[in-house]
Amino acid sequence: MALTVAPIAIVGLGVFSPSIDTWRQLWEGPLPDMLWTTAALLVLVGGGTIALGTGLAWLTTAYEFPGRRTFTWGLMLPLAMPAYILGFVFLALFDYAGPVQTAMRSVFGSNVWFPDVTSVGGVAIVMCLSLYPYVYILARSAMREQTPATYEAARMLGDSRRAALLRVVLPMARPSLAAGSALVMMETLTDFATVQYFNVETVSVGIYQVWRGMFDRETAVELAALVLLIALVVIGVERLLRGPARFHQRGAPRDIERVALFGWRKVLAVGACWAVLGAAILIPIAQLLYWLFTSPAVVTDMSRGLEYLSNSLGLALAAAIGAIFFALLAAGGARFSGRSFVRRAAHLVTVGYAVPGPVVAIGVLVMIGWVVSGAASNPAGLVLASLTGLVYAYVVRFMALAYGSVDASLEKITPSTVDAAHTLGANPSRVMRQVYFPMAGAGAAAGAVLVAIDVLKELPIVLLIRPFGFTTASVWVWELASESRWAAAAIPALLIVVTAMIPIAFYLRRERRSRGSAVALETRLTTAGRL
Amino acid sequence: MKSSGSSWIIGILLVPLLVGGCGVVDAFGGSDTVRVYSGRHYDLEEAFGEYAAETGVDVEFLYGGDAELRERLRTEGEDTLADVFMTVDAANLQVAADQDLLQPMDSDVVAGLPENIVHGEQLWVGLSKRVRTIMYNPDRVDPSELSTYEDLADPKWQGRLCMRHSNNVYTQSLVASLIYHHGYEGAREIVKGWVANDTQILSNDIVILETIAAGGCDVGITNHYYLARLLADDPEFPVQPFWANQEGRGVHVNISGAGVTAAADNPDLAVDLIEWLATDGQESFVYGNHEYPVNPDVEPPPVVREWGTFKEDTLNAAEFASLNADAIRLMNEAGYD
Repeated sequence: MALTVAPIAIVGLGVFSPSIDTWRQLWEGPLPDMLWTTAALLVLVGGGTIALGTGLAWLTTAYEFPGRRTFTWGLMLPLAMPAYILGFVFLALFDYAGPVQTAMRSVFGSNVWFPDVTSVGGVAIVMCLSLYPYVYILARSAMREQTPATYEAARMLGDSRRAALLRVVLPMARPSLAAGSALVMMETLTDFATVQYFNVETVSVGIYQVWRGMFDRETAVELAALVLLIALVVIGVERLLRGPARFHQRGAPRDIERVALFGWRKVLAVGACWAVLGAAILIPIAQLLYWLFTSPAVVTDMSRGLEYLSNSLGLALAAAIGAIFFALLAAGGARFSGRSFVRRAAHLVTVGYAVPGPVVAIGVLVMIGWVVSGAASNPAGLVLASLTGLVYAYVVRFMALAYGSVDASLEKITPSTVDAAHTLGANPSRVMRQVYFPMAGAGAAAGAVLVAIDVLKELPIVLLIRPFGFTTASVWVWELASESRWAAAAIPALLIVVTAMIPIAFYLRRERRSRGSAVALETRLTTAGRL
Repeated sequence: MKSSGSSWIIGILLVPLLVGGCGVVDAFGGSDTVRVYSGRHYDLEEAFGEYAAETGVDVEFLYGGDAELRERLRTEGEDTLADVFMTVDAANLQVAADQDLLQPMDSDVVAGLPENIVHGEQLWVGLSKRVRTIMYNPDRVDPSELSTYEDLADPKWQGRLCMRHSNNVYTQSLVASLIYHHGYEGAREIVKGWVANDTQILSNDIVILETIAAGGCDVGITNHYYLARLLADDPEFPVQPFWANQEGRGVHVNISGAGVTAAADNPDLAVDLIEWLATDGQESFVYGNHEYPVNPDVEPPPVVREWGTFKEDTLNAAEFASLNADAIRLMNEAGYD
């Protein structure tokens, strides 16, 4: 456990010697605005994803309309679209010189009003579209697993569908919605790439400004501590919203009885699903493909692309396995000792999810320095150290996703099972191997999927820690996008999106095959969201 | 609990790393390799490939952000593999010099380059020049209206300007140079004037140029090579450069440059590579990105040649680099996004 907290602690120790002057300067300068912007963005994205995710979940759960089955899983796919890619596509389409505004000017004249896209509102739309699947997945699960019986009872007692939704379904789904939006807000809070495209200055952007422009790493780290503090507030609010209530599922998850939609309601339902899918993934992919085929310089070196992609995949795989391994140790250990403080401490391993990537990266760089000092004469050793460091940093950063998954599945292991094993003479390590590992397998798989997707999309950590000659698809996007070569960035961007869909598809297939028996991904997300 | 069952998992953990890492490890042939941390990534492979072909010395490079690579250099200290640190602006080179991350080059070639682009002790040297100047739409602006960066604070430009965000190092360097020439208060008045003109703040230079071309604003400030790049794709692109401050100190010039790291394993090779880039390698180094060569013997690239010559601000890059943090504070105070 100490391992996963160490890099953050190293960097975070700076907090105890704050640079008062710089803080005063920040406070009198941009910091209040940054805090407001951050708060506004969190509220917009949190609220937007709840509305979008819950609405779509209810639509696909309670109603029948053409294409519903496809939408049910299709609406999870935007998970594969990184916000920073969606962001630059969105800007290319909607900024002043983009096709949408140009067309509007040619129709309505040059003074036609158009909202400012590089604004908090613009970035909130992009983030909602790329992050709502977290809430969608959780809300759907809550509606299928927890509410059918109560919902039907409410209906029988004379509630309209809407009243039943408001009085039964949503209150019962509240813990899941809170958990989902906590995940979403954590991602929003630590994002610094998308917001910068949109000129939106959050506290995470402030970290960059102070660190890169004012060359002040110490203050940057103190700002990072502020981000962590905001994250803790978010988690606190999530706890409050969740309240003491816990709604346990009884029996296998099932759908409530669906009502077929007709007429304009049908058109509206189908339209809404297509609109979200279109905006979140179909149109961006179409635009990327358009760039791919119209830009002359693009199709040069696919072999290089394949090398970068295999680097990405290797990294995602290693990080997923690593995260799951440590999650098993932490979650299993916590359960094993049976003491509540150990369990609380085990939750600490997930803190990396609330810390911006660059902060984790610097901490790990310092640690690599300690481990390999003197290895400069042996470059291969340093390369290996740096690759291991990279995986390690990802484990630290995304542990929450793996821990949540594993912890949820371990919750299914009853004390009596463990006691039985002990009675039969198994020592602790044997219980670990023969009881916990198999039972935790399902949780581990889903956790691995989530970690792998996030690693494929991740940028600041790999940029900072990777060794010479090691480039991933996300680094490739960055190299091109940072030169404003959007069109050329289409190849790696598509590679990332398509690759990130693989684990999702893998998960969906698995889910379909073992419906009901395995712990659902949704439950694991719920736990991850609670950190 | 930790001892059993963990070794095989660590084994699995390492497999992809080894597979992925092999290609990387193979790259470390012998001592005839010079390694570069580069914040610059405009088709560098070509120039480095040429150098390898001419000298038999391989160049390994790692791209990243200027500040991130400097931070990494600092963290790695004595253990760093990098021999050369290369950036796309002067400020990070100067900060690296201040943090004792670079060593003097003691090179006659470097000594022969223009003074304003070389560090006093040769801790770093500029290898290409990027001119940050005024761009305008000739359909909407008569060039006789234009004169200086300072003049853009005049109310006649109300609602007509596009500029880049304050997070961008090019904006920071330009404002830092204003601080040098006008003092902090003077520079703040100028920036306040820009803000008072309702300047649109956009997120990158290409967007600024496209917005000017589409009529979204009349005048902007960008680096020259972004326009050159757009013109190379479309010779009819309707934006023209205007060399700012020609009656006075000259137009603001930033550099992309390099220095030899303090902990370099191969300092001689590093100096040799930098000397080559400043001489025989200038063309392949600057032409791909339409930048201006630092070496007076080398012609500017074709696209920018027809823009003619201009007077440049000879302020040493170290000077405005040291004012970078002040520039950020100033823009915050002036309400510049």
